[in-house]
Amino acid sequence: MLEAVRAESARHSAHVLGVGVKIGELSGVDSESLRFCFDALVQDTDLAPLSLEIERLPWRNRCRVCARDFAVEDYRTECPHCGSAETEMASGQELEFAYMEIADT
Amino acid sequence: MTRVPLERKVLNENDRLAADLRQGFLRHGTWCVNLISSPGSGKTALLERTLASFEPGRRLAVLTGDIQTDNDAQRLARYGFPVRQITTGGACHLDARMVANALAEWPADAIDLLLIENVGNLVCPSSYDLGEEARVVLLSVTEGEDKPLKYPATFHRADLVVLNKVDLLPYVPFRMDLAREYIRRVQPDAEIVEVSCTSGAGLDSWRQWIDARAHAAGLSVRAD
Repeated sequence: MLEAVRAESARHSAHVLGVGVKIGELSGVDSESLRFCFDALVQDTDLAPLSLEIERLPWRNRCRVCARDFAVEDYRTECPHCGSAETEMASGQELEFAYMEIADT
Repeated sequence: MTRVPLERKVLNENDRLAADLRQGFLRHGTWCVNLISSPGSGKTALLERTLASFEPGRRLAVLTGDIQTDNDAQRLARYGFPVRQITTGGACHLDARMVANALAEWPADAIDLLLIENVGNLVCPSSYDLGEEARVVLLSVTEGEDKPLKYPATFHRADLVVLNKVDLLPYVPFRMDLAREYIRRVQPDAEIVEVSCTSGAGLDSWRQWIDARAHAAGLSVRAD
């Protein structure tokens, strides 16, 4: 992530002030651990100050029969609209950058 | 302050390397399997049985990942095929760079079937594409049958789920019907085979799956 911040900083010739990331419920990434490591790596470097905003994305499936999306709770992956068991993941595995905030020069 | 949208994966670098590996595999006619499970589900045992099922001289190779020790590589080297241990030194998964580095010392066009044994872990390996054509997840009957629900990200990406240690079914409370139901809930498209690496039951179906999938990709495991 910090390599991407440096690249973006160089591209705009400006300091990056903030990073926004999207983290899916099933990405295997714990937000608090990520924040802890992020802050530890940024502290006392030329990257500081750099804020981290985390958007959590819930696990959603899409029904193959009626094509509707729904939030999966308690691992119930059956479609709540039509009852079909044939559903597939629509979101929840994300580990993506959403944006960077660049200082105005 | 200006906000610049950036729709890009954080693991972009791994995905880029994995795409390079995948292209290389296609170019050289290599079919690659990524084997994932908890520690102790029988990945190494399944690989031993798999290697034993191929005639000597067939063009297959194994990469095996562990945090420490080369015990698995030693176990697997007995079958006469090239084996390399990737010791991650603490990392709980293999990534595309480790695979690329391990492959660098082998001639790229000498392998028709590449079997990669990931580090025993049902969490992190699911996020790291290794350039494989197929992802196989093992679940043994001495574990809970609800593992697919507990680790959905891993099972969701499985092309095949191997249910191992079925010789122990009389002695454990594992419910095969529930296991199959839970796998289907998380990944309706996964094929499922039941095997025992101890008794040999079901290993023919596993081998047939490899041959059929490699064949469907236009490849076969040739002799040297």
